[in-house]
Amino acid sequence: MVSSFLLLAQHGGETVPPAVPQDGFFTQFMWLVPLLPALSFVIILFFGKRFRHGGAAFGIAALGAGLLLSLIAFVELAAGNAAVEKAWTWFDFAGGDSLLLEFGMHYDFLAGVMFVVVTTISLLVHIYSTGYMHDDERYTIFFAFLSLFTASMLFMVIANNLIQLFVGWELVGICSYFLIGHWWEEKENSSAAIKAVITNRVGDVAFLFGIFVLFFAGHTFNIEVLNHMAEEGEIAATTLTIAALLLFGGAVSKSAQFPLYVWLPDAMAGPTPVSALIHAATMVVAGIYMIARMFLLFENAGAALDVVAIIASITMLLAAILALVQDDIKRVLAYSTISQLAYMTAALGVGAYTAGVFHLFTHAFFKALLFLGAGSLIHAVHSNNMSDMGGLKDHMPHTFKTFIIGSLGLAGIFPLAGFFSKDEIIGGALRSASDLGQVSAWFVLIAATITAFLTALYMTRACVKTFWGSYRGHGDPHESPASMVNPLWVLAIGTVTVGFIGFPVIGPFADWITVPGHEHHGFEPLYNLVLPIGATIVALAAIALGIQLFYRERWRVDLLSGPFAWLYRFPANKYYLDDLYLKGIVRPIQYPIARATYWTNQKAIDGLVNGAGIATVALSKPTYDILDQQVIDFAVNGAAGLTGFTGGMLRYVQSGNVQRYAAVLFAAIAAFVALFALT
Amino acid sequence: MPITYFLILSALLFSIGVYGVLARQNAVLILLSIELMLNAVNINLVAFAAQLGDAGVGGQVFALFVIAVAAAEVGVGLAIVILIFRNRQTVDVDDMSLMKW
Repeated sequence: MVSSFLLLAQHGGETVPPAVPQDGFFTQFMWLVPLLPALSFVIILFFGKRFRHGGAAFGIAALGAGLLLSLIAFVELAAGNAAVEKAWTWFDFAGGDSLLLEFGMHYDFLAGVMFVVVTTISLLVHIYSTGYMHDDERYTIFFAFLSLFTASMLFMVIANNLIQLFVGWELVGICSYFLIGHWWEEKENSSAAIKAVITNRVGDVAFLFGIFVLFFAGHTFNIEVLNHMAEEGEIAATTLTIAALLLFGGAVSKSAQFPLYVWLPDAMAGPTPVSALIHAATMVVAGIYMIARMFLLFENAGAALDVVAIIASITMLLAAILALVQDDIKRVLAYSTISQLAYMTAALGVGAYTAGVFHLFTHAFFKALLFLGAGSLIHAVHSNNMSDMGGLKDHMPHTFKTFIIGSLGLAGIFPLAGFFSKDEIIGGALRSASDLGQVSAWFVLIAATITAFLTALYMTRACVKTFWGSYRGHGDPHESPASMVNPLWVLAIGTVTVGFIGFPVIGPFADWITVPGHEHHGFEPLYNLVLPIGATIVALAAIALGIQLFYRERWRVDLLSGPFAWLYRFPANKYYLDDLYLKGIVRPIQYPIARATYWTNQKAIDGLVNGAGIATVALSKPTYDILDQQVIDFAVNGAAGLTGFTGGMLRYVQSGNVQRYAAVLFAAIAAFVALFALT
Repeated sequence: MPITYFLILSALLFSIGVYGVLARQNAVLILLSIELMLNAVNINLVAFAAQLGDAGVGGQVFALFVIAVAAAEVGVGLAIVILIFRNRQTVDVDDMSLMKW
């Protein structure tokens, strides 16, 4: 079924060139891009060990080719080619349209941006991992899963229907499980992997039910059709709201929003390249991507967007505060990721679609950079804790420079990537709050501003603790190998440059990524001059405060026992959210289930097994005595005895007396003659 | 002369041969008895040939074959008997039970 959604692609009105868009040559073959890493997964899995470096070259080659294709196809789109929608029937249950499962692709600007992000980051992470995972004993399988993860993510991005999207969604989840638990010898790591899967399962159930609701309302899984139906009001408003909230439930778990973000900090148990690829730049944005993909549906879903905005506001604040009190550098970045994901979600929540996707795009670069930089630090000092680092700026100049660029990018300092995207989001929130009167947008505005401040503060803290002061760890830290430093520089260059794509008013990003039917805003001094300056002041103030607090160490208060100890202890214990889940949900469910399972095991299953055993023994005794001994042995022995007896009788005939033989012969002949003569 | 006479003579001769084969212990006598039976057959063949005239010439030819075969048979048989006698100093067939079970 080659679909006829060209109309939809044109729906953007002013933003799409007026000429009838043609299919680009390469855009039609974008389904190849997920296929390449899938192929490399199979090759590495089965033959990886036969090659030098465990077959990592296959993954790198597949992603290099994928990145090239993605860039070419994106250029084709930017040159005015149409979005491509193609589908092949996978299952056709009812012989009609009523339950049709498709295997399809929908490649537009949104998917294009994701493709570029995923292939770029994944390629760099692959290269980086050849250095980082150098001595790992499961090196080959690590690369196999990196490839599989990338393939799944791309498969999800290109999906044209919700079922395929869900399949990809689950596939990236399971790859995340394998990679978090890569060093499963330590209980903590395998527990983190299980926690990630189980926490995600909560959201996945909601997501799946959302899909069902939409299917029963719209009789299709096709995303574009559902979006169109939502826009045209063909689905009842209440149904839409329920469906959107359920879908958002999936995003809450996958994109680590309050209250299901608890898995992501623990997921830092995985190797650092995995954290960079999966838990910062690509997988966790799946939820954001899904909301963006279904944006028309969310927009028409009544209060759903307000819920999205408020949840995101809560998440970004909570996570940013948590990032302030962590000692593990990866956890700082993990909470920062949660906070930034909430930024994207909030952007979508206030209708700032372009800004949200743009932040997704820029965040991928600087967060991957920060994670890989953290990996480089960990590689050097053999510890995740910032209390074991310090003074590393002289030991690791490249890591230092790139990490500072990444931090400034995250803090939103001009002209780095984060500056543009963050301002777009704050501007979007202000626009929705003041111009459109969306109440929840005020929350987003306030939360986003405070978070911007906190972000700069915790990144200052991390940088000061890591690079300045004196070295507090063991051994002699050294700069990482070229395979790790080079990706850092590539990402640093990306962090510096990609922001300009979304330069207000003149940057092309807003032309590419727009909600169909929405006009994009022109130059307005309030949004394009006042806000960025204000945001920069906020960030600079935070950095200044951070330097005073953490570098000069002024106003030092005893956090652990002073009068403000609770202020520290509350976030240090992660708001007791983990304890709440463990004691409030997991244990009460776990113990009865465990007891019931034990009972079932002891009574029902063991009873069954033992009963079967006893019955078998009881049955086998008569079987042996009667059937085997009496019947079968009788038959066998009887046959032998009969044969022997017959043989013994026949033996007498064989006398050896020639004359007796002759006599018999003649007698027989005489008998025959007599017979013939008489008849 | 009716053919019946020849047939009776032949039957008597054959019966004597059979008796000799079945009853004699001496291998040479058994061979002799076999000769008697063969000659009884020969008498039959020649008698029928004579009665049938030109059409029965095959009987005479066949009788000649039987005589030739019988000579060969006796030659081989006596040679065996002589060898057995040289080895075992007897020609009694009852003693020749070496291959009996």
